[in-house]
Amino acid sequence: MQFNSKRTKLTAAILLWAATSSASANIEVEISYLQQEIDNGPVLSNILPEPKDAGLKGAELAIQDSNTTGRFLKHNYQLNSFLSGSPEQLLEKAQEQYTQGVRFFVVNTTEQTLQLLIKSLAKDALFFNAGSSADQLRTKTCLPNLLHTIPSRSMLNDGLAQWLKTKRLQKVMMITGSEPNDKAYSAAFKRAAKRFGLKIIAEKQWSFDTDLRRTAQKEMPLFTQHRDYDVVFVADERGDFGEYVLYNTWLPRPVVGTQGLSPVTWHRVVEQHGAAQLQSRFEKLSNRWMNSKDYASWAAIRSVAEAVTRTNKNDATTVKSYIRSEAFELAGFKGRKLSYREWNGQLRQPIPLIHPRSLVSQSPQEGFLHPKNELDTLGFDQKEINCSNINK
Amino acid sequence: MKIKNILTPIAAGILLAAPTLHAETAYVSNEKDDTVSIIDLDTMKVTDTLNVGERPRGILFSKDYTKLYICASDSDTVQVMDLKTKLIIKELPSGEDPEQFALHPNDRHLYISNEDDALVTIVDTETSEVLAQIDVGVEPEGMAVSPDGKIAVNTSETTNMVHWIDTTTYQLIDNTLVDQRPRHVEFSKDSKILWASSEIGGTVSVINVNDRKIFKKISFKIKGVHPDKIQPVGVKLSDDGRYAFVALGPSNHIAVVNANTYEVEDYILVGRRVWHMDFNEDQSLLLSTNGISGDVSVIDISKMKAIKSIKVGRYPWGVIVKP
Repeated sequence: MQFNSKRTKLTAAILLWAATSSASANIEVEISYLQQEIDNGPVLSNILPEPKDAGLKGAELAIQDSNTTGRFLKHNYQLNSFLSGSPEQLLEKAQEQYTQGVRFFVVNTTEQTLQLLIKSLAKDALFFNAGSSADQLRTKTCLPNLLHTIPSRSMLNDGLAQWLKTKRLQKVMMITGSEPNDKAYSAAFKRAAKRFGLKIIAEKQWSFDTDLRRTAQKEMPLFTQHRDYDVVFVADERGDFGEYVLYNTWLPRPVVGTQGLSPVTWHRVVEQHGAAQLQSRFEKLSNRWMNSKDYASWAAIRSVAEAVTRTNKNDATTVKSYIRSEAFELAGFKGRKLSYREWNGQLRQPIPLIHPRSLVSQSPQEGFLHPKNELDTLGFDQKEINCSNINK
Repeated sequence: MKIKNILTPIAAGILLAAPTLHAETAYVSNEKDDTVSIIDLDTMKVTDTLNVGERPRGILFSKDYTKLYICASDSDTVQVMDLKTKLIIKELPSGEDPEQFALHPNDRHLYISNEDDALVTIVDTETSEVLAQIDVGVEPEGMAVSPDGKIAVNTSETTNMVHWIDTTTYQLIDNTLVDQRPRHVEFSKDSKILWASSEIGGTVSVINVNDRKIFKKISFKIKGVHPDKIQPVGVKLSDDGRYAFVALGPSNHIAVVNANTYEVEDYILVGRRVWHMDFNEDQSLLLSTNGISGDVSVIDISKMKAIKSIKVGRYPWGVIVKP
């Protein structure tokens, strides 16, 4: 019918589109994703294992999201991902990638491997820590070309402690696992307890080696026998015994920490603030739920893409200085704009408090104030650390 | 027309009074209840609650107010309700996860944003035919068609763009980068200016439709509320050209913006997490949906104050008024 006239207009539109877009050159952005496959050893609670591609799928989704945006600007994003159990192999890959011109690295490894990678490459590479929650990296190591999208253990535990304070669950019994990571998690909780005025009335080390699947009902009540406590805190990052503390304590009390009510970066139950859309995009891509590691990798790549979109540049120096500037803001489906702390490169973000089937709360809790940004009540504030080399 | 012949002065009087006998009604979509609440604006009470498809969000009327279109997001369809019988008479092929939509002034073509698929779907409401699907950015949300019918506009929440679509060719003609998480777009009556809210950016961009460039960015400040909690979503322009009302989400306020100077003149306190708004016919009242408090605030425009809150379903999303 009127198809002919439509077609002429269509051609005109294409010509116009071509004319406007030829003004801006194509921009290619290559991002390297390095993941260390970590063997946590045998655990008692081995029924629901963590997905092996936790982190990787988040990175893939971020690339997909960024390319949908990029096609309107002639920006193209490419992910080069490497998974290995050996730090040496990852190091080799990182160097190879650097030689090929890649400057953006999203790293999901242990603290040690991350430091090894950063040291081995020149300073113009920009690293995102999307795997290690070590406080040390945010308080003492402080590398100028390192940003953190995964929260530190202190951020997580501050979020938890604020909630305990709000709920007036003041007297805490602590149970800590035997791994160094468990001890670090406990140390972060102790710091939070001191900051927000909680009382630790008992500290216990988990050192049993019985099979709790059979005997939790007998062992745990005795282990948690104590005159009075409001809540039991568990530090068991790899999920060895923690699941068996719930409903088995001497006094009928809630369990919080790495099991029970947990502070996390991300979880399937987070669905407000448009998160439902991110969750469904993720599920479509990977046929599983999005977790904290996925979110951290997603946020890292989205940060790079946001800087490239706004600056129309793809070099690491421009991207880094834009990300660290006040102009930077990331819409991260957590109800507030996210930005990086200038004093240690940590991504500020609300911390969801969840149990496996629902979101209980999100910290910062109301009433925990900060002169500049309430999100900075979570984790190490500027005055608490000495990172003088960060702006070098 | 035939009635005219037998009109007596008394009958004319009754006819004139008729609009007040027949009260205006507001329709509210309740996202978590899969219902639409109907509010009588004379009594300010909910008179009916209708079951609709899953996760109803965007709602609008046909020009003659005989039909209600409902984006049933999780049912992946746009439902058409006959307002006389209150029955769903048709389901339109909307594409997946329809969230917001806009009706072309021709009263036939519905422009729908498909949030999960980065698409805008254009459907003929009479033939149920999909006329076109247009690739846009990630999480398309806001939709508007210019009053002159020439341009359709869509916002993508994660791509942070306003996408401009030619309504004759169904082609994308331009993209304007705006602040984080653009939610809603609204054309001025003369089709010359577009208002676009950015939820996480905390701003409203005012864009010249001719060159598609931002010429003014409005930001907001409310005493005692952290700037991050000021999240602009819904925008509503008054017909007299004086005001733009901007719903500011979790700050629980609506900003009153002077539509000529672009200065913020006032902030109105409403319910919790305010999203979308609509006027009654003479524009003496403005209604807003408040998601977390699960109610609708009624604002008296002459006083610029909320005078009533009406409890509706869970997570009210959209509101529209039928004269």
